[in-house]
Amino acid sequence: MIRAGALYLNVFVVAICGLVYELLAGTLGSYLLGDSVTQFSLVIGLYLSAMGVGAWLSRRLDDTDLARRFLDVELAVAVVGGASAPVLFVCYGSVVHFQLVLLGFVGAIGILVGLELPLLMRLLEGQMTFKDLVSRVLTFDYIGALAAAIMFPLVLVPKLGLVRSSLAMGSANAVVALWGTWLLAPKLSAKGVLAVRIRAALVLAGMVVALVMADRFTSWAEDEMYADPIVFSDNTPYQRIVVTRGRAGFQLFLNGNLQFASADEYRYHEALVHPVMMAADAPPKKVLVLGGGDGLALREILEHPSVEQVTLVDLDPAMTGLSKRFPALAELNHHSFADPRVTVVNDDAMVWVADHPALWDAIVVDFPDPNTFALGKLYTKLFYKRVLARLAPGGAMVVQATSPLFARKSYWCIQDTIAAAGFSVHPYQVTVPSFGVWGYALAKRAPFTPPTHVPKLPLRYLNDDALVAMFQMPADMTHVDVEVNQLDNQALVRYYEREWRRWE
Amino acid sequence: MTPTRRDFVALLLGAPLAYACRGGGGDRGRTPPSALLDTGMTRGHTAVRDAATPPVVTAWRQARVVVIGAGIAGLTAAWELRRQGVTDVVVLELCDVAGGTARGGATDVTAYPWGAHYVVAPQPAQTDMIALLGEMGAIEGHDATGALIIDEALRCREPEERVFYRGRWYEGLYLDAGSTAEDRRQLAGFKREIDQWAAWHDASGARAFAIPTRASSPAPEVRALDQVSFAAWLDARKLTSERLRWLADYACRDDYGLLAADTSAWAGLFYFAARQRAAGAAPQSVVTWPDGNHALVRHLATGAAIETGVAVHDVREVAGGVEVVATGPQGPLGIRAAAAVVAVPGFVADRIVESRRGGPPAPKGDYGAWCVANVHLRDRPRERSRGSAPPAWDNVFRDSPSLGYVSATHQAGRDRGATVWTWYYPFPGDAAATRKQLAGAGAAEWTEVVMTDLERAHPGVRALVEHVEIAFWGHGMIRPRVGAVWGRRPPDLDTAARVQIAHTDRSSLALFEEAFDHGLAAARAIVGQLA
Repeated sequence: MIRAGALYLNVFVVAICGLVYELLAGTLGSYLLGDSVTQFSLVIGLYLSAMGVGAWLSRRLDDTDLARRFLDVELAVAVVGGASAPVLFVCYGSVVHFQLVLLGFVGAIGILVGLELPLLMRLLEGQMTFKDLVSRVLTFDYIGALAAAIMFPLVLVPKLGLVRSSLAMGSANAVVALWGTWLLAPKLSAKGVLAVRIRAALVLAGMVVALVMADRFTSWAEDEMYADPIVFSDNTPYQRIVVTRGRAGFQLFLNGNLQFASADEYRYHEALVHPVMMAADAPPKKVLVLGGGDGLALREILEHPSVEQVTLVDLDPAMTGLSKRFPALAELNHHSFADPRVTVVNDDAMVWVADHPALWDAIVVDFPDPNTFALGKLYTKLFYKRVLARLAPGGAMVVQATSPLFARKSYWCIQDTIAAAGFSVHPYQVTVPSFGVWGYALAKRAPFTPPTHVPKLPLRYLNDDALVAMFQMPADMTHVDVEVNQLDNQALVRYYEREWRRWE
Repeated sequence: MTPTRRDFVALLLGAPLAYACRGGGGDRGRTPPSALLDTGMTRGHTAVRDAATPPVVTAWRQARVVVIGAGIAGLTAAWELRRQGVTDVVVLELCDVAGGTARGGATDVTAYPWGAHYVVAPQPAQTDMIALLGEMGAIEGHDATGALIIDEALRCREPEERVFYRGRWYEGLYLDAGSTAEDRRQLAGFKREIDQWAAWHDASGARAFAIPTRASSPAPEVRALDQVSFAAWLDARKLTSERLRWLADYACRDDYGLLAADTSAWAGLFYFAARQRAAGAAPQSVVTWPDGNHALVRHLATGAAIETGVAVHDVREVAGGVEVVATGPQGPLGIRAAAAVVAVPGFVADRIVESRRGGPPAPKGDYGAWCVANVHLRDRPRERSRGSAPPAWDNVFRDSPSLGYVSATHQAGRDRGATVWTWYYPFPGDAAATRKQLAGAGAAEWTEVVMTDLERAHPGVRALVEHVEIAFWGHGMIRPRVGAVWGRRPPDLDTAARVQIAHTDRSSLALFEEAFDHGLAAARAIVGQLA
């Protein structure tokens, strides 16, 4: 006699896992490929029909060894479902036909889950009346679905993240299968029990190991830290790249620092690029971008008809590669990396600038904030001197200079350092909702008046009034006395660390 | 029984690490390919020490001045002669390259040092040093107070040092983490002592510890410091904090190749006080290049007529000048010149300079042995991101008898990818005994020692190593043992002598500034004679 009550709990867990896999697939699909209506429709439709296929296939399994087959199907769900999000995560950066992989997983999980219920009902057949059996099994199945639907957005995604949720469900599946070897012991041969137990233990161990290793994708702290789910992450030799996707679009983080949010990056990038393009004596033909691997500054630069040649120097090939191939990012940067005027160089800007003597009409310096010594060197007097040597006589340079409000000393340290290198500098600032108040430095060789007119381009943020206003510094952001940032004092990194600590 | 690699690791790094060190098999366990650098020791022993009679010279060449030795002292002498308008100066060098222990190498990735790797930014009185750096374009200007500003690209980039201790790196050399109030009190006490010495002047205005040392005060209270060890001096002041004593030992090992217990307190204090302009002043910047002091060698050697692979046997004064007998790559070589600068260590000068042979033996210098390894990495090992200091220029293992490694790409700002690490290992003990102990240690044995040491902080680093070059400097440099600095101080040179001696061992401190000073003095004496 089988303990049916415990098996209902089994049904309940299997139902939760099944729906979670489906939700994960739908979420990943819509995050990565966009168009969530299509993605969710496709995933749900395929999943349900695959369950139908599974149910239909169940009749081809005869009654011999039914319990073992049932448990093996459960283990297969654990493996395929548990691995689904991690595998999709890895594929995302590299596989062209991501959608096929995604739908393949959905189909496989659907078939396996579809096999499960009929097999279970056949196992319990004869222990109770048919009407009781159908009623109870389906009740637990549907309640499980409700539990999954509630847990997924409220607990799993915010607390565990996508990868860990998938692996946790895989583990739950494996635990239930292991437990099932006791519940279904009367229907298993002694040898069969042992074999299934070993398999179940192996799958469970695999899932637990994967859960521990999941830190390679996203750390616990990260999943808790980001407000929105992480849809892409990569540990390159240079930095940690994380893309999150929420209701308001997606965000790019490098080493945990927000680089842009698609909802308001236009403010940041219009303010970064157009003033420097207008400040140069003549419309710039040759433009150098240092940093800016997301391609968004490129997008703005390429709008200018005068531009004939742009070289972008970014350390990390993974970053520029992502910006080129990641559909959502490539769309946002208007496929700027595919523009024939653009050359990408993956090198350290400090060294590259020293080694390449060409002159540039406009130079856009858009590095991550100076929160490490390796980045701090890219804000030193020595670095700006090297950049100055590469600036054409009437050319202009712009530097992203962190927040003049949150990190006032850091901001003015950057301004003063640029001035110490021999530039004439005008500080300016803009409000970007997802960053707060953000600052820049506009610089040329000789003293100059900042531009007062915006280019005749379809701009969303900048107009003449906004441009002029950016160069006014409110009282709480005016100059403070700071040291010049040099290679042997790295004063900026220390200011920056102290200032941002207050806001964390 | 032939010692194994593991025996060498045990000898040089201690038994526990030797047992942890893995044997062959797989990329993680392999000893990377390696080669030994020719430091000229064997050549010197064969050609000079063990040669029976000097070769017979049939054809004599003429030169205005002959400089023997293309280390810093010799190159400086030739440079100064050139600057003073003396032409026809020939520099003879035993090795195939110039530079002595300030040699350097280069690959497509970076240039790197083989020995000395920095100088201290000169103070206003060091006018010659300022002139040299000025010629090199290394001076950016002067600040509001008139103090010299060294080119930012050459001032050692922050973070300058970090120290590895119990699984993580800490910024700086002094381990502040976990220090007690007493540790900090003693550190402050030590700094006060240094401040006091940095400010100290004698009646004639000479500093207690000046660079070069020749400008230091000969006052009895200063000279008395040479008669006790640095350790005893610290003991007498109850400065016994383990952290402070580690720093003192490290400073002595780093600059002198000695432990504080054997180092003259004068030299120990010199290390700290000489580079401080005044009481409370920050130490003068460290000035460095990717290839360390080899950059200075390259500049000093520019325009010099250097003949390499030449073993000098005899330097003698004759009527109207000097005669130099040597063996060059083409056979015997004789040069007659108006004067000569012998810029070689005292133990070599004693054999080759006629007037020094057979005379009363000069006080024996004490030369320390060093091993320097250049580790060529195709990529850098991953660093712990949290709670551990980021890579620095100088990366020190607190529990190791090595000095750790200097990253050749740090100064250039190349923070990723391939690099060269220069690893230093001084032998604080007796050099002759060391050489005996190490007989049989080839490049592979040394490389295993280097890898085992690096793996303290960088497990698995050997998989990233392309190859390792090893230099063993058997008579690496002169050491300031107790009593050496003032007790062994040779009499001032006779500026009328046709043969001038120039070498750091005249100061008992093997520092660039000392070799530079002796080279200048020799050249200026000769310029005086030629005028």
